[in-house]
Amino acid sequence: MAFEIIESCVNCWACEPLCPNQAIYEARPHFMIDADKCNECAGDFEESQCVSICPIEGAILNESGEPLNPPGSLTGIVPEKFAKLVARQQAA
Amino acid sequence: MELPVLNNVAPDASGCQSGSCGSTDDQMGHLPEHIREKVFNHPCYSEEAHHYFARMHVAVAPACNIQCHYCNRKYDCANESRPGVVSELHHPVQAVKKVLAVAATIPQMTVLGIAGPGDPLANPERTFETFRMLAEQAPDIKLCVSTNGLSLPDHIDELAKHNIDHVTITINCVDPDVGALIYPWIFWKNKRIKGREAAAILIEQQQKGLEMLVARGILVKVNSVLIPGVNDRHLAEVSRIVKAKGAFLHNVMPLISEAEHGTFYGMTGQRGPTAEELQALQDECSGDMNMMRHCRQCRADAVGMLGEDRGDEFTMEKIEAMDINYPEAMKMRAEIHAAINEELDAKRAAKHAKVHSIEEIRPKPATRPVLMAVATRGSGVINEHFGHAREFLIYEASASGVRFIGHRKTVAYCEGGDTCGDGMSALDKSIEVLSGCEVVLCSKIGFEPWGPLEKAGITPNGEHAMEPIEDAILAVYEEMLSNGKLDARPAEQQKVA
Repeated sequence: MAFEIIESCVNCWACEPLCPNQAIYEARPHFMIDADKCNECAGDFEESQCVSICPIEGAILNESGEPLNPPGSLTGIVPEKFAKLVARQQAA
Repeated sequence: MELPVLNNVAPDASGCQSGSCGSTDDQMGHLPEHIREKVFNHPCYSEEAHHYFARMHVAVAPACNIQCHYCNRKYDCANESRPGVVSELHHPVQAVKKVLAVAATIPQMTVLGIAGPGDPLANPERTFETFRMLAEQAPDIKLCVSTNGLSLPDHIDELAKHNIDHVTITINCVDPDVGALIYPWIFWKNKRIKGREAAAILIEQQQKGLEMLVARGILVKVNSVLIPGVNDRHLAEVSRIVKAKGAFLHNVMPLISEAEHGTFYGMTGQRGPTAEELQALQDECSGDMNMMRHCRQCRADAVGMLGEDRGDEFTMEKIEAMDINYPEAMKMRAEIHAAINEELDAKRAAKHAKVHSIEEIRPKPATRPVLMAVATRGSGVINEHFGHAREFLIYEASASGVRFIGHRKTVAYCEGGDTCGDGMSALDKSIEVLSGCEVVLCSKIGFEPWGPLEKAGITPNGEHAMEPIEDAILAVYEEMLSNGKLDARPAEQQKVA
């Protein structure tokens, strides 16, 4: 049971100090999670801390490789809706 | 006695023009002495100071605890100049090295701010470690911080301890329904909170933080982003409330929302305000509040005078190669600061001496106000060539005097016949940003732009090179008066021409 940070991470440091297990560390090109230390905050917090503060949709994945903050969940820009907005702007 | 430089208050504001009452004629004139002492050399807090003193930001605070719809956390660019953008992030030790290098090289640099690229108080260890080291090593530098306010109440003691006497809070609303349109989420007590509830918590924390700072005697400036259709009708109320709670300066900035920045507002087509809309709102608020109009919305790692960025001279690589003896530099800095202050005092005294003569030749009260643009590189004088200007300062001359309205960015048209993206030439762009102005004052102007400017109803004027800005504007206004140009509206003049 562990999360993974992928390349869309912007290295903003927000998650690093919050991790109750010090599983998150600075690395290049982006921050990493030590899978041996990460327990997804079970027993420590109701919500996984890194997932709750990460500003980038899709940057943290669960063990199945699914984004924990899926597209549209943080920015409010739902992909389909966004495509429509662009089309409308171009038509205007 | 009325003074000629009004700076802040719209002429139609009711009653006493509080922005100019008092013993000096800058925008700080009505402030108590102890506040003026704190801001006279702070370029971000005093309109006058920004012509003479420089500031810098160090990017030590990457993390943020909220999301704003005008911010894209992915953005990181060397060629962009706007809040939240940096090119390299520093650890506190590196940041201190950089500050000392800049302070020794640019002695006019009096202020160090931490402004991001995230929220400084969401990175308390890095932020306060930087402040602690600087307070020890560079006691001649003023320290300030800007914040979204969410964790501000938790850090008041620490701020007071490091002798930080300037704090800027970004407050875009006092109504959670408005806030829900600006802030999609906050991170609060170990949870991500969304929507109206998130905005309500943020607003409560901001107001609490503001009250606590004022109670400690720490100066508070409030920044607000003007978002047309979202908070434009709400900001006058924000201004009234923050003033009542003791904020001493309100800075309303235009939303920046270019689609290519990838922000929510950029991607959904939310437009920023026009120069006229921004000015109208600033004028509306100015009846209640001291308004800041010279903000350049700088990067979170900006270095130099407002509106300029000398960050390239101080990359970590270059700083490592510099040998800085700060105690020596401090002596040199003190001498230069004393010289600048002497110059400022002399200028103020000269202005006071002139007040009587201006009283006598002051235009009749019935004359209409005129907007004029000025090309300047600083020091409060007209010293920039029209074709080299990257921005124009906008002033309004009227029967009551001269007041600073704001600045408008352009592209220096001498840099070649390039276009700025939408097929518009740089000269056309300059003419567009000068919309509403009848005169443009500069140190020199070429033959080529002369015709197009006049055609657009803007008279170029290079006769006042190196003169103090306000004096020159008043002289031009008086000349317009004696030539009968103030009787007609500008549109009528254009028809005649």
